[in-house]
Amino acid sequence: MEVFEKTGQPKIIETKQKKHELPPGLWVKCKQCGEMLFAKELANNLKVCTHCDYHFGMSAPERIAMLADEGTFEETDADLVSVDKLGFTGVASYTDRLKAYQRQTGLNDAVVTGFCKLNGHPVSLAVMDFSFLGASMGSVVGEKITRAIEAATEREIPVVIVSTSGGARMYEGILSLMQMAKTSGALARHAQERLLFISILTHPTTAGVMASFASLGDIILAEPKALIGFAGPRVIKETTQQELPEGFQTSEFLLDHGLIDAIVHRKQLKPTVGKLLDYLGNRRFTTRKNN
Amino acid sequence: MKWFTLDFEKPILELEEALRALRKQSEEQKIDLSSQITQIEQKLEALRKDIFEHLTPWQRVQLARHPRRPYMLDYLQRIATDFIELHGDRRYADDRAIVGGLATIGPHRVMVVGHQKGRDTKENLMRNFGSAHPEGYRKALRLMQLAEKFRLPIVTFIDTPGAYPGVGAEERHIAESIAVNLREMMVLRTPIIAIVIGEGGSGGALGIGVADRLLILENAYYSVISPEGCAAILWKDRANAAQAAAALKLTAKDLLDLNIVDEVIPEPLGGAHKDYDVTAANLKKALLKHLDRLLDLDEAELLEQRYKKYRKIGEFARSTPRKRRMAARPEAAPAPTES
Repeated sequence: MEVFEKTGQPKIIETKQKKHELPPGLWVKCKQCGEMLFAKELANNLKVCTHCDYHFGMSAPERIAMLADEGTFEETDADLVSVDKLGFTGVASYTDRLKAYQRQTGLNDAVVTGFCKLNGHPVSLAVMDFSFLGASMGSVVGEKITRAIEAATEREIPVVIVSTSGGARMYEGILSLMQMAKTSGALARHAQERLLFISILTHPTTAGVMASFASLGDIILAEPKALIGFAGPRVIKETTQQELPEGFQTSEFLLDHGLIDAIVHRKQLKPTVGKLLDYLGNRRFTTRKNN
Repeated sequence: MKWFTLDFEKPILELEEALRALRKQSEEQKIDLSSQITQIEQKLEALRKDIFEHLTPWQRVQLARHPRRPYMLDYLQRIATDFIELHGDRRYADDRAIVGGLATIGPHRVMVVGHQKGRDTKENLMRNFGSAHPEGYRKALRLMQLAEKFRLPIVTFIDTPGAYPGVGAEERHIAESIAVNLREMMVLRTPIIAIVIGEGGSGGALGIGVADRLLILENAYYSVISPEGCAAILWKDRANAAQAAAALKLTAKDLLDLNIVDEVIPEPLGGAHKDYDVTAANLKKALLKHLDRLLDLDEAELLEQRYKKYRKIGEFARSTPRKRRMAARPEAAPAPTES
């Protein structure tokens, strides 16, 4: 017995009624599992999805708040800003883009540097921010990172750099390419003094940054499922006409190939770095006394 | 390869052809055409000057990639004696895109390392079009450290479209192989001269390019990204490569103005491929001049100068610090990925 009569195709009735909209910023959709997450809860969970452990991007100030011991971070060189040395004439002017990103992010450029304590250890900390022009490395990023490393050499303390980057900043042409040599050179001097450099790779870290300081850590840690590599996957596919292996250029892929020390869940990041600093944070040969 | 000509070289070639025909006619038919011949010769000279003294950045990029352009081994043949090639990175393979070995240039015994492109398809497959894998950069470092041990100066020849973007290259960590070279070249206790002879393709060029002196041939280029790559990202179309080439300030003269290179080595009119011997002689002269000066420096001074050379590169200004929002903020839309 049919309860409902067949009435042909159901009609879509247009309604004038306004769609019920969620207040912006209150809920966030997880990019991996699609779950709707309460923004506040997500922020309290270090921006890690409470359902699937997906690591959302974090701003530099958020990361600093997570890594530095409370109230210890002293920012340095906050006033350095990029200039359009090349007079870059493209579809949009470099100066305009810089202004737009400065407004949008509240940052002067793509890296924040300073001194802080991390689990009690004094460190020189540099944190990149992908939301500023893809955290591309131009003169300011290169200079601030170099100064952070040089200051660490001077103070005889470790450097911790949290990287994310699309690579060198095209708008500054050759000047940005040379920042790769400048930052790596500063690390050479830091290393000669037998000081520790911990490089933390986050999603995504590629190209010029990956081919310079980010790959030079005494210890290299990565967040789960971050895209890490030299060339972009699309470029590789186009050049080689080859199918890319599964999980290619992820943190897990790099770990399997022996290219990084460990993958660390964001919640474990500070304790892990703290432990590494306990072991390697000063140059005295230490022995742990057994009672 | 004889037939290969760039678009802007064509008017010159047509005139050269006409001149040849006229001379032949004059000889065979025993007629005096000298006034016409002189006229064409003058026209040709003027045309050459007009074209090659007003090259656009994009035309120079094309010259730098000219299939008949002299490569590293062409220069070695002309400026060096007793070259002994040394192969392999002792870990995985011998990358033929980078050649290295011992050579004598003028009065100096040196270590030479450089990118090498192929002249034809077969050779290009072997050389991978001058795009090196991690093995190439590791071989380069091994040889440079060998040079340091035995106090030999290092001369590197840069000529690559870029490090190779491939699966194997990523698996064996091309990024790290370049990064380590940047760090180690900064502190190698021996003079280093790098010469961009053709294409200076981004990180793949810099990977053997940290030096006390950086020289560049007149029509070579050195850039953070290829003009095509830049055009694809900023103009969303590779066809805008000419505009990108101009915007990137990648020519020898631009780089001299930006204080990135120390000297521009002149090429014969028409480009290096018009006369290998003249280009090689110019290169040798510049190379020996700088090498002599570097050998006068003591080690500490050499290293301090090298560090400062790179330390001072960068242009920035100071502003009043902006108010910073330390609290969480909604994630911004992902910015376009830069090179």
